[in-house]
Amino acid sequence: MRVEVDVPKCVGSGQCVMIAPDVFDQREEDGIVVLLNDRPPAELHADVEESAVVCPAAAIRVVEK
Amino acid sequence: MTETLAETTAQAEEPLAEFPMPRAAGCPFDPPPATRVLQNERPIAKVRLWDGSTPWLVTRHADQRALLGDPRVSSDPLVPGFPHPNEGFRENSKRRRTFLGMDDPEHARIRRMVTAPFAIKRVEALRPDIQKITDDLIDAMLAGPTPVDLVRAFALPLPSLVICRLLGVPYEDHDFFQKNSSVLINMASSVEDVVRANEALTDYLDNLVAAKLADPADDMLSELAARVRAGELTQREAANMGVLLLIAGHETTANMIALGTVALLEHPDQLAVLRETDDPKAVARAVEELLRYLSIVHNGRRRVALEDIEVGGETIRAGDGIILHTGTGNWDAEVFPEPERLDISRDARRHMAFGFGVHQCLGQPLARLELQVVYSTLYRRIPTLRLATGLDQLPFKHDGAVYGVYELPVTW
Repeated sequence: MRVEVDVPKCVGSGQCVMIAPDVFDQREEDGIVVLLNDRPPAELHADVEESAVVCPAAAIRVVEK
Repeated sequence: MTETLAETTAQAEEPLAEFPMPRAAGCPFDPPPATRVLQNERPIAKVRLWDGSTPWLVTRHADQRALLGDPRVSSDPLVPGFPHPNEGFRENSKRRRTFLGMDDPEHARIRRMVTAPFAIKRVEALRPDIQKITDDLIDAMLAGPTPVDLVRAFALPLPSLVICRLLGVPYEDHDFFQKNSSVLINMASSVEDVVRANEALTDYLDNLVAAKLADPADDMLSELAARVRAGELTQREAANMGVLLLIAGHETTANMIALGTVALLEHPDQLAVLRETDDPKAVARAVEELLRYLSIVHNGRRRVALEDIEVGGETIRAGDGIILHTGTGNWDAEVFPEPERLDISRDARRHMAFGFGVHQCLGQPLARLELQVVYSTLYRRIPTLRLATGLDQLPFKHDGAVYGVYELPVTW
């Protein structure tokens, strides 16, 4: 799996950080998404996909399955 | 030609449903039955508002998500066709512009000025403080007489204390701001009262921002004051933002605490599970399910189309108002099987109780944390908590922008 984040789209809701804290973090100054790992291991795939679904700004994309 | 005319006449004669629609007597947690019928039969339907305007009412989860995430859909209440909930809201939207009523890129620029304090880690660091506030309020309640109004004694003070501390607003002024805020979000308030309450709150926050300009502290109003000094915001804009954060910070969570308690007391099996679990993940799941089930922003998110949009087999035209009834969307069986069942073990994370799209609630991490602390503490510390009146005697906020109960007499 490869993940991409669209930083300008992010609204800092933080749901990805709640669901997959090993993959996503937030910038300290404005809560905008930081991608920690663009190739997360298999056991995190479901959480990453859920993060993409609940992201209100559609800022997370799974580009390779 | 004749046929077209006949069709037009038939459409014109067909009476449109009035919105908002009432909830059913005896079913305080269910979305209005008429919205559930529309969800099955006409999920994107025109309705008639107080001013005779006829926006679209959207009731299915998938259509709501699509529209709330669509940049062709505007949140700006000054765009003609915007479906105002009443005259007071329409008047106020001209007076107090906040990022809630802006579109990107202006919206993103302003919203990002206040996102940092709501980041997950910063909010999580508040957990011990919120636990302490919760325990202190429960101690005070247990030391006092019964029955007691849970709204006054607990549900309202808790989020008010938290947001006051975050913003840098003196909690001693809570009677003042709670009273004015309740006027602002009550649909039955007169236009004059709404305008007066808005001015009182804005002046109050304006003075606080001025004080923080002179004497900054470690709080959000001081951060906004620094933006004013840097020329990024006017003092009035900072005050408007302060009003928004203060109102949103206490009204919504207070209603989730009180109404959530009513819902749990009416579902003792679910309450027992919540009371007995030690698993923070189970508590977090219960919070999501209660957010879904109760959906306290109960008369829909309001938008207006900027272009023609095809959705769910309908064409929404540029300038058409759109009401996304997320409370009904959260009871969409396509996404939440047996939606009418309160099941705190279900995965309800896809609910839209905080909205969806770029305007999704800024304070949601804080709201979640407050509810997790409350729901895992209150019923455990007062295991015999019960209503001191009948469910049918409770004053539900049918006329509020946010649903809940005005009072909740409880005993133990």
